[in-house]
Amino acid sequence: MLLAPPHKRPTGARRTLRSYIRINDPWVFVLPYLAGAAFLIVYPVGYGFWIGRDPLNYLQLFGDPTYWAAAVNTLLFLGVGVNATLLLALVLSGFFALRRWWVKALLPVFILPWAVPVVSAYLSIHWMLNSEIGMINTILRGIGVSSPPEWLNSYGWAIVAALVSYIWHWLPFWTLILLAARMAIPNDVYEAADVDGATGIRRLVHITFPLLRGTYLTSTLLAAIWTLSDYNTVHFITGGAPGDTTHVLATLGVDYAFDIGFIELGVSVGLTALPLIIILIVLLVRRLKADDGGLA
Amino acid sequence: MKTRRSALSTTALVAVGVLLAVWTLLPVYHMLVVSLSPSDELFAGRLWPEDPTLTAFSTVLTEGDFTVERFWLQLWNSLFVAVVSAVGVLAIATLAAFAVARLRPRWAGLLTTSALATYVIPLSFLAIPLYKAMANYNLLGSQWALILATITFGSPYALWVLSQYARASIPSELDEAATIDGAGAWRIYFQIFLPLMRPPMVVVGIYAFLLAWNEYLMAFLFLSEEDSMTLPVTLGNFLNSDQIQWNVMMATALFYALPPVLIYYAFQRNVSSGSTAGGVKN
Repeated sequence: MLLAPPHKRPTGARRTLRSYIRINDPWVFVLPYLAGAAFLIVYPVGYGFWIGRDPLNYLQLFGDPTYWAAAVNTLLFLGVGVNATLLLALVLSGFFALRRWWVKALLPVFILPWAVPVVSAYLSIHWMLNSEIGMINTILRGIGVSSPPEWLNSYGWAIVAALVSYIWHWLPFWTLILLAARMAIPNDVYEAADVDGATGIRRLVHITFPLLRGTYLTSTLLAAIWTLSDYNTVHFITGGAPGDTTHVLATLGVDYAFDIGFIELGVSVGLTALPLIIILIVLLVRRLKADDGGLA
Repeated sequence: MKTRRSALSTTALVAVGVLLAVWTLLPVYHMLVVSLSPSDELFAGRLWPEDPTLTAFSTVLTEGDFTVERFWLQLWNSLFVAVVSAVGVLAIATLAAFAVARLRPRWAGLLTTSALATYVIPLSFLAIPLYKAMANYNLLGSQWALILATITFGSPYALWVLSQYARASIPSELDEAATIDGAGAWRIYFQIFLPLMRPPMVVVGIYAFLLAWNEYLMAFLFLSEEDSMTLPVTLGNFLNSDQIQWNVMMATALFYALPPVLIYYAFQRNVSSGSTAGGVKN
């Protein structure tokens, strides 16, 4: 452009704004998205690193038993919660692939936990868990359990309650994903297996599972990343009780930032999860590359 | 032998089905039971209230308790935020999808990938600096903070679904013919692209509506005034009040759950194909 002869310029020596902004250029169409991403994603991410820059905050966290409890609980959610959900979803996707009218009729009912807003559902579960008058202990006493657990008063039961609630909410979504992947397996693959005499368990182990493997692993990684940022489950089911033992990093960060009012410390809680996030992202990118681009 | 085995497996399957139905419905059933219970019967923990009553529902609808004294306004707030967010996501994502899928610049793949990378950022961690950023933009307390955040976080998925559809289902000859007739990109966008994109736009619109309707954490952080709050914030605040009227709370929770459940079942085919498109190669 610099070498362009002057007489080619549209308005003499001075270039007008119009010659820079061509209204039909592709980048004009993505400008609104880019502006939003710059102001509400890129800037806050950078700002977060800046807010969490003080090493003293990390020293404080690492000497804080509540922080370690939250870190362990987060790993419990990732290790137990995510894997239990995905395994159950894998089994249930087989159940819902059955060609029976009543199984098909059950599917829309089963999806309900995904359709109901999470705040409504978790508040309901929270009240069900009330040890005196909640529905669960009423049922337990009804079937002869004389002293049912005080669900939210012991660490063990409270974290189990949070994990089970998490599974309740997420199971339909991942079952649908795996069901779709199962349905996408072409029928002639099964027919060929039939000819070779592979049926029942052998068909499952040698054909269905290997073909679902990609979707299953990608789903597990995505679920892990999303679970890391799950605030609602612990906030509404246990609220961190008893005695701040059941927090996860997501709830502890918000708690420190807004309940205690120490924003820097809250941001630091999130940033300590960075190594884990990076590992998950690297694994996910590898998986997506192995699958040649698609999100499966 | 064979029939006995299949009868046995049918029994096992039915047992699984019954178990699944109970597991799925219990918390929802519980919401209904509590909301139908009179206040003095709340502490009985019955499986079905002795004198079921609609009092809790009428309390909510007439704003007859201090916890729900802005119910109608907050219902409107939820609706407003969700509808404006859906429109915003549709506007921004159709524009970007048009560029990516129809104008096909060199950086199309890069843009889609980096947009989708948004979803590996843990939102509840980002929420804290985002809160500070909103304070810097002078948007705290405004519903626009929630709307703009929802639009930004909803757009990447929308862009992906829309551009996949645009690539696969709209023949490029249409654009070429229009270009020969002298139509610019904007005219092609409005007169050819948008009308043909209706089916995926329904899916994306519903997705964005539900995203905004269901959002709790950001709504709680950005909106602190009772008059600007959305319903989930009010529901969350029930837990902080000294005397919780659980039947009123569950009635509110049911009203709040109704629109997404109705939408979900009305558009089940579209939405589930849309949500599976989010996870599975198509």
